[in-house]
Amino acid sequence: MYDFAFSKPTNVADAVKLLGDPDAKPISGGQTLIPVLKQRLNKPTTVVDLTKLGLSGITVTATTVTIGATTTHVTVATSADVAKAIPALAHLASHIGDRAVRYRGTIGGSLANNDPTADYPSAALALGATIKTDRRSIAADDYFQGMFTTALEPGEIITAVEFPIPEKAAYVKFPNPASRYAMVGVFVAKGPKGVRVAVTGAGQNGVFRHTAFETALAANFSAGALAGLATPADGMNADIHGSAAYRAHLVDVIAKRAVAAAG
Amino acid sequence: MPQVTLTVNGKAASVEVEGRTLLVEVLRDKLGLTGTHVGCDTSQCGACVVHVDGKAIKSCTTLAWQVDGSTVTTIEGLAAADGTLHPMQEAFREYHALQCGFCTPGMVMSAIDLVTTHPDGLTEQQIRDGLEGNICRCTGYHNIVKAIAAAWPVMHGRGTLAAAAE
Ligand SMILES: Cc1cc2nc3c(=O)[nH]c(=O)nc-3n(C[C@H](O)[C@H](O)[C@H](O)COP(=O)(O)OP(=O)(O)OC[C@H]3O[C@@H](n4cnc5c(N)ncnc54)[C@H](O)[C@@H]3O)c2cc1C
Ligand code: FES
Ligand code: FES
Repeated sequence: MYDFAFSKPTNVADAVKLLGDPDAKPISGGQTLIPVLKQRLNKPTTVVDLTKLGLSGITVTATTVTIGATTTHVTVATSADVAKAIPALAHLASHIGDRAVRYRGTIGGSLANNDPTADYPSAALALGATIKTDRRSIAADDYFQGMFTTALEPGEIITAVEFPIPEKAAYVKFPNPASRYAMVGVFVAKGPKGVRVAVTGAGQNGVFRHTAFETALAANFSAGALAGLATPADGMNADIHGSAAYRAHLVDVIAKRAVAAAG
Repeated sequence: MPQVTLTVNGKAASVEVEGRTLLVEVLRDKLGLTGTHVGCDTSQCGACVVHVDGKAIKSCTTLAWQVDGSTVTTIEGLAAADGTLHPMQEAFREYHALQCGFCTPGMVMSAIDLVTTHPDGLTEQQIRDGLEGNICRCTGYHNIVKAIAAAWPVMHGRGTLAAAAE
């Protein structure tokens, strides 16, 4: 790892000011950034800690669940409030990586990174979440812009994520047996924004909405409604873990399981 | 150079660090606590797991300054002063839950966290899922799972360590 200076601001305004330096980089749990720095894939001069900004915590209203950016995966996974309002979200958080990663990794870090195989992007997209930052609110539909690419401007900090509470939802992931990242993960939701299906792990451009499945499920919300709808292999990821055709097939299988799980 | 102050295995430690200094480097190189291992470069193996403020985390994926002021427990801090092993260490010994021993410090630290956070019971599946972040090249995991199940009642004051079946 190259060396760097560090800073621990205690309010968002100070953090934003520090991140005005193009060579500064925020850190939350560090569960992605530290491995990246070890590989010398990034060379910040200053690393700015976001965990002292008071951005951790969960607020539930009758219609929304809002999760502060530096809330850890374990906090979401074990929150009785989240389990009651959006059980699929607690379930998703409890299946990110492993226990040690979940103690430190955060929702803000995950969404900022937008790894094409990460779990949270599928929840944000399927539930129609709003990403709140230090300067604006971004709809999930506008936020995800391809793998490792988001609508965030340089130095922009995610402060919270607001999820509308769905009528029903489920997340099913087929994890890579070594890394636990999603080979394919499908988040299905029926809620105020209609039926939305988001797929992570599979697409070359990261998380995407599966509109063919959404249309079928809007007419008939059952696993049977997806029978005969084969996901095309075009645009699917292919690597040593599986071909594009394999992933396309997994999308079909996992989506049906997710719909069945949503009930 | 910046200073970081930790309480490690009950003792205060103040060390100079760089921005890039990892917690595991402080433990091994500065404090001589080489029981905490480094088995990978990718944050996947769990050999480096220690407790920071009671939570089992990867010390190779934590910068020392991120945990300034914290209380850290390593494998060296588990046994009593008279050498009596922690129930989890005793269970690993009784159940032959190690071979080369490289993964063992991380396994034991993760296992203790797993048992502590499951006061109402711990199924075999929960133990296996709970060890997703700890890789062992030797044992095939079965005896590790048995040892953790055997340590559960001891740690929760509901029994003594059952002898392993021969
Ligand atoms: C072994 C292992 C297994 C994993 N398995 C999974 C898995 O199965 N599924 C999964 O989804 N993830 C997985 N992860 C990733 C994990 O969930 C990370 O915690 C997460 O992706 C990043 O969160 P973080 O808080 O650690 O972010 P950091 O590593 O601190 O930061 C990640 C990136 O986001 C930026 N950033 C951080 N916070 C903010 C913010 N609030 N606003 C703007 N930018 C910010 C940083 O500058 C950096 O570029 C795994 C990680 C490891 C090490
Ligand atoms: S050394 Fe492998 S996870 Fe820390
Ligand atoms: S005992 Fe050798 S790696 Fe686990």
